[in-house]
Amino acid sequence: MERPVIKSVNFNAFFGTNHVVKNVNIEIPKHNAIAVMGPSGCGKTTYLRCINRLHELTAGATSNGEMLLNGEEVYGMHPIFARLKIGMVFQRPNPFPNLSIYDNVIAGYKLNGLKLSKAEKDNIVEQSLTKAALWNEVKDSIHKKGTFLSGGQQQRLCIARAIAMEPEVLLLDEPTSALDPISTSSIEELFHDLKKNYTLIVVTHNMQQAARVSDKTAFFYMGELVEYDDTKTMFTNPKDTRTQNYITGRFS
Amino acid sequence: MACMFLTLVIHSMPSIRSLGISFFWGKTWDPITNVYGGFPFLIGTLLTSFLALIISVPFSFSIAVYLGEYQPTGWLSNLLKNIVEIIAAVPSVIYGFWGLIVLVPLVQALEIKFGVLPYGIGIFTASLILALMIIPYGASLGREMMRMVPAHLKEAAYSLGATRFEVIKNVVIPYTKSGLFAGVLLSLGRALGETMAVTMVIGNANMMPTSIFGPGNTMASVIANEFTEADHTLYLSALIELGLFLFLVTVVINMVGKRIIKKFTNE
Amino acid sequence: MRNVNIKYRVAKSKSIQIIIVMLAFIVILPLLAIILYIFKEGATKINWTFLTKIPKPVGEAGGGIVNALLGSAIIVFVASIIAIPIGIFTGIYLSENKTSKLAYWSRLSVDILQGVPSIVIGIVVYFWLVKPFGTFSSLSGSAALAIMMLPILIRSTEETLKMIPFSLKEAGLALGLPYHKVILRVIVPCGVSGILSGVILSIARIAGETAPLLFTAFGNPYLSYNILKPMHSLPLLIFNYATSPYDDWHNLAWGAALILLTTVLLLNIITKLTTKRWNVQL
Repeated sequence: MERPVIKSVNFNAFFGTNHVVKNVNIEIPKHNAIAVMGPSGCGKTTYLRCINRLHELTAGATSNGEMLLNGEEVYGMHPIFARLKIGMVFQRPNPFPNLSIYDNVIAGYKLNGLKLSKAEKDNIVEQSLTKAALWNEVKDSIHKKGTFLSGGQQQRLCIARAIAMEPEVLLLDEPTSALDPISTSSIEELFHDLKKNYTLIVVTHNMQQAARVSDKTAFFYMGELVEYDDTKTMFTNPKDTRTQNYITGRFS
Repeated sequence: MACMFLTLVIHSMPSIRSLGISFFWGKTWDPITNVYGGFPFLIGTLLTSFLALIISVPFSFSIAVYLGEYQPTGWLSNLLKNIVEIIAAVPSVIYGFWGLIVLVPLVQALEIKFGVLPYGIGIFTASLILALMIIPYGASLGREMMRMVPAHLKEAAYSLGATRFEVIKNVVIPYTKSGLFAGVLLSLGRALGETMAVTMVIGNANMMPTSIFGPGNTMASVIANEFTEADHTLYLSALIELGLFLFLVTVVINMVGKRIIKKFTNE
Repeated sequence: MRNVNIKYRVAKSKSIQIIIVMLAFIVILPLLAIILYIFKEGATKINWTFLTKIPKPVGEAGGGIVNALLGSAIIVFVASIIAIPIGIFTGIYLSENKTSKLAYWSRLSVDILQGVPSIVIGIVVYFWLVKPFGTFSSLSGSAALAIMMLPILIRSTEETLKMIPFSLKEAGLALGLPYHKVILRVIVPCGVSGILSGVILSIARIAGETAPLLFTAFGNPYLSYNILKPMHSLPLLIFNYATSPYDDWHNLAWGAALILLTTVLLLNIITKLTTKRWNVQL
């Protein structure tokens, strides 16, 4: 197998003395969509936020172990570098309210002080919005502020903003849990296309969603990575009883 | 309660009738010849208040950012919070007294360095003290505003690779812009009405101020100084009119500031 | 990857942080200077004579500030008696009636009152209570101070009571108590420490006020207990003596300043402690 894009070895995360992610070993292959599932409080979101080093921004939050991005240790480089290579989409759509749609998409560039010519900017905006399946809907109001968009559109804007930076990996933290079913399915459709260019790691509460969109699934329980397998196998023939219980709805 | 408010307005009103609008443009204030022009005091008030505002804003802003963003918790932040509250609690006479005895000689020395007449007292000194006194208002309001920035907005910026300062500059400040402006307004309102400390160090010269290093007078301080000496009705009415004007201006500024805050906290 | 100048940006972020922290903490210096200076100058001036005698005429050394001390105490006390009942009841009324017209206007007046400069309040009370009676009086001074206390009292009472859970009210009503009794016997006692801290805070606020007293209580070089006649107070004394050219008077002013400052700071600390127990939003 070619080198995994993300690899964790004995990775742990803490909030103070609270051990929330325990000894995670996982290899995530390129151009896949990985679903990360588990009951509330199992550490899946924390683990996700460790990948792009957002976890350490909380006071008292620490971690140890190896986290490799294409073989490079994420915690060995400056966090800004890590975050440039790893994009994130949040649970609640959060376009910057004071910026236009256009400016939101290239916000990553502006924040990092990267200068681009107008032509380059236009190009990036159009490409990212197209990849996020939003271009046709907003191309005529691209300089308006993003707040008039519907929830689903706002979330696609956030996806565009993240992929405008050409990350290797895109992290998505329950990206559709705040959206209505129609917006949800439009975003899920997006995943199939996004997979071609990026690797997706999606934390989700929704088992049907995981079954629909992901190639592999990781099941977390009480901070541990209990099972990690191809999605089809996991859902039809789980190996661990805890996984089985979760899937059959014994606990949520 | 409500009656109080209404009576306040009504009672101050009768006094304006005597003098008319030109009051505000007149530049001479001479009780002896019965000529009253309020312009010098208007200028004095505006100068001291705006100067104080300009001096204080960097400090109150920094405190707001420190307490709202960099370090909202911890012993150091509590210390700063308490100190800011103490600054607000010290009575104004005490600031004035200290200003008179300690600050004035310092300013005198400064003025000598600048080659300006070393009065010591004057508009500049008054602005300095005023600046110190209004810092708490801007700071605590600013801090409240900054704490209201939703975390996930900041995180979105971080996840795009921004540094701490960049997040503040590009996310926090645009978000809290109107709240910060309200903080500035309220500090201004406080500065305009401040009487005692200013009276003690401003020099009480009833004429147009010639430079910020020279003496002057504000509307509040001239009232404080001359009210009990006003022996005829015109004199008194003139002072009352100043008071009415002061009242209206401060009330308007405060209401505007409060309305902005209400809007902001309801969004 | 693209040419991202991280070192520069991180350095910029760090240095700006340093500047901001410095600016934030610099304000401690003047405050410290003021407090220390007052302690230094004032501590030596306070002795038994200081606390028990009235000031001597100009030129004679010695003398004390007992008239101002007593005066301050009386004026503040009377002001509290006036303001506290009105303030608390208004606060209770407002916390119970969110929508009536009277509530709207009351809230508005409280807001406006908070912004009125203290000297303007002095002017108004002059017209109400000094001119008609033809004399300055400590009562009028107390009235002016009481007006200033009201916004703080009303707001803190209202906020305290608002925070008491509705279920408590329901419990009282369920026991068959009439509504007003539920408020007075159940809700208010529950909020006592919050209301108390509001009271202390309002006292701390006005104890050091000078401007409203300038044309109401006016000041009195002699000891007086008569609230219908002019009375002296600490802030007035400090103002008059500080701006005078006499050294003796300056000395008295320092001692007075120390006492005033300490009192106000103590009151604020006490407020803090009572607020902590209750978490009132003031």
